[in-house]
Amino acid sequence: MPEILNMLIASLIPLLFILTYAIVILWVEIKVASHVQDRLGYMYTGGFHGWAQPIADLVKLLTKEHITPVSADKILFTLAPIIVFASSYAAYAALPFTSTFIASNLNVGIFYIIAITSFVVIGILMAGWASNNKYSLFGAMRSVAQIVSYEIPTALSILTVIIVTGTLNLQEICEMQKGGIFNWIIFKYPPFMFITFLIYFTASLAEVNRTPFDIPEAESELVAGYHTEYTGMKFAMFYLAEYANMFLVSGISAILFFGGWNSPFGEFLSGPVWGVFWFVSKGLFFVFLQIMLRWTLPRLRVDQLMYVSWKVLTPISFVNIMIVGLWAILK
Amino acid sequence: MATFEITTRSVKGDLKTDTMILNMGPQHPSTHGVLRLELVVDGEIIVDVIPHIGYLHRCFEKHAEQMTNYQQVIPYVDRMDYVAAMGNELAYVLAVERLMGIEVPERVQYIRVIMAELQRIASHLLAIGTYGLDLGAFTPFLWCFREREKILDLFEITCGARLLYNYIWIGGLSHDLPSEFGKKLKEFLKTFPKALKEINDLLTFNKIFIDRTANIGVLPADVAINYGCSGPMLRGSGVKFDLRKNEPYLVYDRFEFDIPVGEGKMGTVGDCWDRYYVRVREMEESLKIIEQAWEQLPPGDVHSAIPKKVRPPQGEVYFRTENPRGELGFYIISDGHTSSPFRVKARAPSFVNLSVLPEISKGYMIADLVAILGSVDIVLGEVDR
Repeated sequence: MPEILNMLIASLIPLLFILTYAIVILWVEIKVASHVQDRLGYMYTGGFHGWAQPIADLVKLLTKEHITPVSADKILFTLAPIIVFASSYAAYAALPFTSTFIASNLNVGIFYIIAITSFVVIGILMAGWASNNKYSLFGAMRSVAQIVSYEIPTALSILTVIIVTGTLNLQEICEMQKGGIFNWIIFKYPPFMFITFLIYFTASLAEVNRTPFDIPEAESELVAGYHTEYTGMKFAMFYLAEYANMFLVSGISAILFFGGWNSPFGEFLSGPVWGVFWFVSKGLFFVFLQIMLRWTLPRLRVDQLMYVSWKVLTPISFVNIMIVGLWAILK
Repeated sequence: MATFEITTRSVKGDLKTDTMILNMGPQHPSTHGVLRLELVVDGEIIVDVIPHIGYLHRCFEKHAEQMTNYQQVIPYVDRMDYVAAMGNELAYVLAVERLMGIEVPERVQYIRVIMAELQRIASHLLAIGTYGLDLGAFTPFLWCFREREKILDLFEITCGARLLYNYIWIGGLSHDLPSEFGKKLKEFLKTFPKALKEINDLLTFNKIFIDRTANIGVLPADVAINYGCSGPMLRGSGVKFDLRKNEPYLVYDRFEFDIPVGEGKMGTVGDCWDRYYVRVREMEESLKIIEQAWEQLPPGDVHSAIPKKVRPPQGEVYFRTENPRGELGFYIISDGHTSSPFRVKARAPSFVNLSVLPEISKGYMIADLVAILGSVDIVLGEVDR
C-alpha cells in the first residue's frame, strides 16, 4: 500500500500547512491591524505578545454549540461550509511548494485551480439560501455576483501569463523562471506583465472577499453576510476557507509573476528546502499586502464594484492580452 | 421566522416581482444604538424607510418633573446625548439661569465655552470615526478614538468623570479648572491639527470614501429648513445658521470663528460628504475658539453665583444652544412655589434630524442608507430621551 500512503501524506501536507498558516496569520492580522490603529492587540495569552490567542480562539470555536436555525434547510446548511473549505483546500493540490513537492503535478494545474475554486460560489450561495435569513441571502447574492464577475479579469490575466509560458503546469511555470530575479515573468514584456499582475491582484482581492471588496460580508450593512447564522466550527470553516483562499491567490501571484519557489538571487540560497522558504514568504508577503489594504481602505458599493470589474478591469485585460499576444507572435 | 414571498408563476410570462421588507435593527451594527429601520426594498434599492424609535425611552421629561429640585435634573440631561453631555448640561443650565435671572461670573462663562467646544470636538470625532466604520474603514475610527481620549482625559482631571459629567451647575461649575489643565490643553491644541490632517488623508479625501458619500442622500436647503434640521445637517445643505453666531449666548460674540457650510465640493450641495466635511471643519473652528477663550480666561471664583436654593419665579422659558448635533432647546415652566420644574420639554436635534431620513434615502441602495444614516449622526439616547 505504499502508493496510498504516499497519496495520504501528499494530501495531508497542504492541510497541515493551511492549519498552521491560519493560526499564524490570524495572529499576524490582529497584530498588524492593531499597530495600524495605534493599539496593542493581543498581549496576554501565552506570554510574548499573546501568541497563543489564536489557539485559544480555535479551542473556543471547537467547543461552541452548533446552532441551526429552525427554519433553515439543514442539509444545505451543514454542507455549505464543507464545500467552501473543501474547494479551497482542493486547490492546494496543484500548488508547487517547492521543486520537489507538489501534491498532484497536473499538466493543467492552473486551469484546475480556477475550476475548483469556482465551487466556493456554490457553497456561499448554499449558505445564504439555507440560512433562511434575508441578510444571509443578500450577502450570498452579492458574493456570487462579485466572484463570478471577477473571475473574468482573473482568468484573463492568468491567460496572459499562459501566453508567455505556453504551459498550464505550475511546476513548469516555476521551472521557467529559474536563474534570478530578472527571469521572473513580471519583468517580461515591460510593462504589460506588470499591468497583468495589478489586474490579477485587484481581481483576486475581490475573489477572496477582502477589503475594499468585502461587500458580501459588509459588517455595517449585512451584519456578516452569508455566514450570519453560522456558529462554532461551521463558522470557523468559513473563516479558515477565507484565509486559505487568501494564501492561495497570493501563492498563485508568487508562482505566475514572482518566480514561485525560485530564489531571487539565481543559484544562491536555492534548492528544495529554500524553495519552500521562498514560496511561502512570497505568498505571505501578498497576504500581508491584503491585510494592510484591509485596514486602510473603506469598502466600495455593489454597483461600483461591478463597475470596476466590467468597465475597468475586463476591458483593460482584453487590451493587455491582445498586446502581449501580438508581441509574443512578432518576437 | 420571516421567509420570502416567492410567487411560482411561469417564468416565461410576466414574472411577478414584489418588494421585500427588511428589518434593520434594533440590533444592527450600523444603526448607532437601538434604532429600528423598516426598509421596503426592491432588490437592493430602497423604496421606503420607516424608522421605529423608542427602544431607549427613559421618560426624561416626566423624570424631570418628579425631581425634588432643579439641580437633580442635570445628571438626567447628561444621559440624553451621551456623547456630548457637556452641551446638554449647558443648554439646561442656561435655560434655568435665564428663568431665574442669574448672572454668572465671566470665568465661569469662559470655562463653559471651553468645555462645550472640547465636547464638540469629541462628539464630532466620534461622528466621523463611526461614519468611517459604517463605510468599512476601521482604522480612522480608532485614530479618532485616540484623539477623543485626550479630550476625555481633560474632562477627567477637571471633574472626575469621562462621559457623564454633572460639571456645569446652575450658577456656576462643580469645580474650578485644575492647575495642570492649561498645560494639557495646550498640548492637545498643538497635536490635534496634525492628527486631524492624518485622518483627513486617510478618510476624508480617499477616493473610495468620496465615491461612497458624494452625491448620496442629497438634502436640499429648503427641505432641511422645512423639516427643522439643525446643526451640521442644516449647514451641510449650505444654510449658514449657527446659534453661536446668530443668537450668541455665553461669550461667543467675543471670539472670531467661521461657520463652515456645505459647498458641494465633491458632488452636490447637501450630500453626505458635505455633512461629513462640515463636521471636520467645525472641529478646526472649535480649536480656534478654545485657543482664544484660553487666552482671555479671566480669574475668579466659579462658585460665587451658585444660588443657595433654586426656586425660579413663576414663568416659562425656552433657551436654545448649538449642540454638536444641532439646536438643543429646553422649554421649562416653573409654577413658582415648588423647587422642581412644572414641565420640561427638550427639543432634541437628533430626533428632528432623523425625521428627514425617509425623505432623503428613497431610491438609493441599502449600502447608501448606511452612509446616509451615518451622516445624520444620531444619538439614540437623545432621539428617545
